[in-house]
Amino acid sequence: MVVGELKMETDVAIIGGGPGGYIAAIRAADLGLDVTLIEERERFGGTCLLEGCIPSKTLISAVELLNAASEAKKIGLEFTDLKIDIGTLRKWTESVVNKLSSGVEFLIKKRNIQTIKGHARFENHNTLRVDGSGVIVQFKNAIIATGSEINKLPGNYDLPLWTSAEALTIPEIPRRLLIVGGGYIGLEIGLVYAGLGSKITVVEFHPSLLFGADEDMVQILIGCCRNKFDEILTESKVTNIEMSSGVFISTIEHNGESRKIETDRVMVAIGRKPNTHDINLENTKIILDKSGFIPINNECRTVEPNIFAIGDVTPGPMLAHKASREGKVAAEVIAGLPSAYDNRAIPAVVFTSPEIAWTGLTERDAIQRGIKYEKGVFPLSALGRAHTIGHTEGFAKILFNPETKILLGVSVVGINASELISEGTLAIEMGATLEDLTTTIHPHPTLSESIEEAAEVASGMPVHIFKSKQSK
Amino acid sequence: MFDFKLPDIGEGIHEGEILKWHVEPGTEIKEDAPLVDIETDKASATIPSPKGGKVVSVLAKIGDIVPVGKVIAVIDDGTVEPSRAIKETPLEKPSIKTETPATKETSEQIFVPAAPATRRLARELSVDINSVKPTGPGGRVTPEDVKLYSESLKKPSVKPEPELHPEMTDKLATAEFAAHASCCIPLLDIEPLPDFSEWGPIEKEQLRSIRRKVAHKMLTSKILIPHVAHMDEADVTLLEEFRLREREHRKGKPGEHLTLLPFVIKAIIAGLKATPAFNSSLDPFKEEIIYKKYYNIGIAVDTPKGLIVPVIHNANEKSIIELADAVHDLSTRARDGRIEVKELKGGTFSITNIGPIGGTALVAAINYPEAAILGMGRVQEKPVVRDGQIVIRKMLPLSLSFDHRVADGADAARFVTEMIRELSDPNLLLLET
Repeated sequence: MVVGELKMETDVAIIGGGPGGYIAAIRAADLGLDVTLIEERERFGGTCLLEGCIPSKTLISAVELLNAASEAKKIGLEFTDLKIDIGTLRKWTESVVNKLSSGVEFLIKKRNIQTIKGHARFENHNTLRVDGSGVIVQFKNAIIATGSEINKLPGNYDLPLWTSAEALTIPEIPRRLLIVGGGYIGLEIGLVYAGLGSKITVVEFHPSLLFGADEDMVQILIGCCRNKFDEILTESKVTNIEMSSGVFISTIEHNGESRKIETDRVMVAIGRKPNTHDINLENTKIILDKSGFIPINNECRTVEPNIFAIGDVTPGPMLAHKASREGKVAAEVIAGLPSAYDNRAIPAVVFTSPEIAWTGLTERDAIQRGIKYEKGVFPLSALGRAHTIGHTEGFAKILFNPETKILLGVSVVGINASELISEGTLAIEMGATLEDLTTTIHPHPTLSESIEEAAEVASGMPVHIFKSKQSK
Repeated sequence: MFDFKLPDIGEGIHEGEILKWHVEPGTEIKEDAPLVDIETDKASATIPSPKGGKVVSVLAKIGDIVPVGKVIAVIDDGTVEPSRAIKETPLEKPSIKTETPATKETSEQIFVPAAPATRRLARELSVDINSVKPTGPGGRVTPEDVKLYSESLKKPSVKPEPELHPEMTDKLATAEFAAHASCCIPLLDIEPLPDFSEWGPIEKEQLRSIRRKVAHKMLTSKILIPHVAHMDEADVTLLEEFRLREREHRKGKPGEHLTLLPFVIKAIIAGLKATPAFNSSLDPFKEEIIYKKYYNIGIAVDTPKGLIVPVIHNANEKSIIELADAVHDLSTRARDGRIEVKELKGGTFSITNIGPIGGTALVAAINYPEAAILGMGRVQEKPVVRDGQIVIRKMLPLSLSFDHRVADGADAARFVTEMIRELSDPNLLLLET
């Protein structure tokens, strides 16, 4: 801790040590730049590592194990006396987070990256003041990687409503849990708590869960969630929440009708907003767009030529892997390399059960934008490996340009979809054609064959189904 | 997305020169609105856009000669697809000095399929990947495509490809080119041009269109064909009397534009029949002489855009009146730019008539790959000696340039002498042609 005001100079000042910022710091340092990484929190890793992806996936894996054990009876394995020791599960999750966060810290220290703890704000286009440490940073270049924060429910409730971050610390297992928001965060956490024994009610404002994903994918998800959730209310909104004798009473409006739902906890997961309002951007030329994002070009450069922005503060999906890629681009551009964020496919993954993943174009996008495409869909029920695992729900779907046969989008719904989607992303980035996929040998028996099979359906020559190619 | 390929706009055309773009990238164009002006050989045309939409890129520069079928523009007609997560690389790197707000492209533009490393290579070489001609499946751009395109931008071709000439602006490139040309021909020493502006004001013009075509033809002709010229004068006093009288009678009828040229054509055809070498072409690679058994006579026409040579096909089958009409029709349409490409092809022998402008002697350059050309000077009244008396006669200067590989001076002398004999008496023309 530095006392008083200390002035320091650096080639690159990076604000935020999440999956955008720390990756940018490491890449910049490896390219020979003098780097200063400023982080407000005690630990590095940002939302993703500390209170998002990593703890949630740790819990989801645990619950999946639990579910698998409970369902194993049908294949001749019976686990009796399954118990949930919530204290150990909590500690396990914390240990995973700690291990990874220390890992990031180790990587940063090994590269002699200067770190400052505190909240950085711009004084002008080459000065940052870091509150909490009293340091003034004079920078040649800066990268804004301040991430995003959780949206609050409108209404300013003075009630102990859970955020997703809080829910992931498992303060308790409520008997009844209301989840406001049927997007991927609400669904993932809902499935965790459902697995742990809570009765879940999901309220979603849009007509469908996971709004934005293709309907065929969502339908499969809804089919699976119905068994696990008590109730799914779509086109509904929470108009009021009260607390009465330790119980939350939420008023839900649907088609003009109101009803009250009583639960022991309420978790609000209605999206995130960029952290761009408390860094004094008004002292620079940067002007936020109407959603609060920082406009950048394909070098991740803002209107201030020496200030870059990456991750959740820039337009596009708020995803750690997008932030990391942008972080590398920004660092490389600062180092003078001909780098550009010209990625054509950002994979999106939802760790529900079954998992949902897509990359590149979705049918919804294609239709909205009037883009001509055809598709090939291969159901997992026709795949050997899916049967051996005992999970045949889902499909692989490939969208392609009917003229050039070049891949436009890939979607996978099913077990391990999150691991399968990368083949699709690589294919799209490489400009692959259907033939490139159908002639690549996929190991048998694996789920990855579903991608090859979908490409075969798309080419009109499927081996394992009698379905000719569909077109739209 | 629609790839606009240079269409086949006429018989036998395989390339065209870009004269003018009516659009630029970003222009919204309606279907059938003018897209580009093309000149092919010597005909030009405005080509309309077959699709409506936004012009995404223009892939050929003015003055470029592009083969038929090559994609020269990309029009976004709303039929394509970029994936939802695409962010297009802007064509230019953002300038450090720019004050305009940077925006993140969530572009609707189509992307050129190319692997990430290929796209990085393009950025490294400052190549717009959208302009690269793809050779991969589905139109995928390969690293080789990028390198090839980059090299084509930087290095002038060692072959004297016409479209590269204007790009050979830097001295080094010129010197390289000259050195290459020189090593093919002993003692040839092409120095790069000096900087003429050192001695006074200059103006530069790109070698384009017909001028470039003529430059090609003439240089090829002069380098490949050993020219020899034979000159003489024809006494056309009687012929002129006959012609002028006859022309008077034909006002408003066929043959009203009766000039000397049709008579000369008749005489030439008689000569070509007697000396087939002047109606031949020599193939130096196969070492053979190709004699043509048809008589297609090219007429050099001075048009506002430059010299062009339309051809009277099967001139031997036409009467003098028909030839007169053909000459008038072709030269009129040539000056108006309404000549069809097929009318410029197939010539076996050419005539250049400089007479209407003036001239007593000329050495015409052979219209390669023909073997000879007849130059006509101005008919003038001259004192000549006939039967020991000085008399005034109308004399037509004639000059036959011929390929000395296929014929000799004696052949030329016989050819011209016979022509002179026929032109001196219209009755002989009647009799012998």
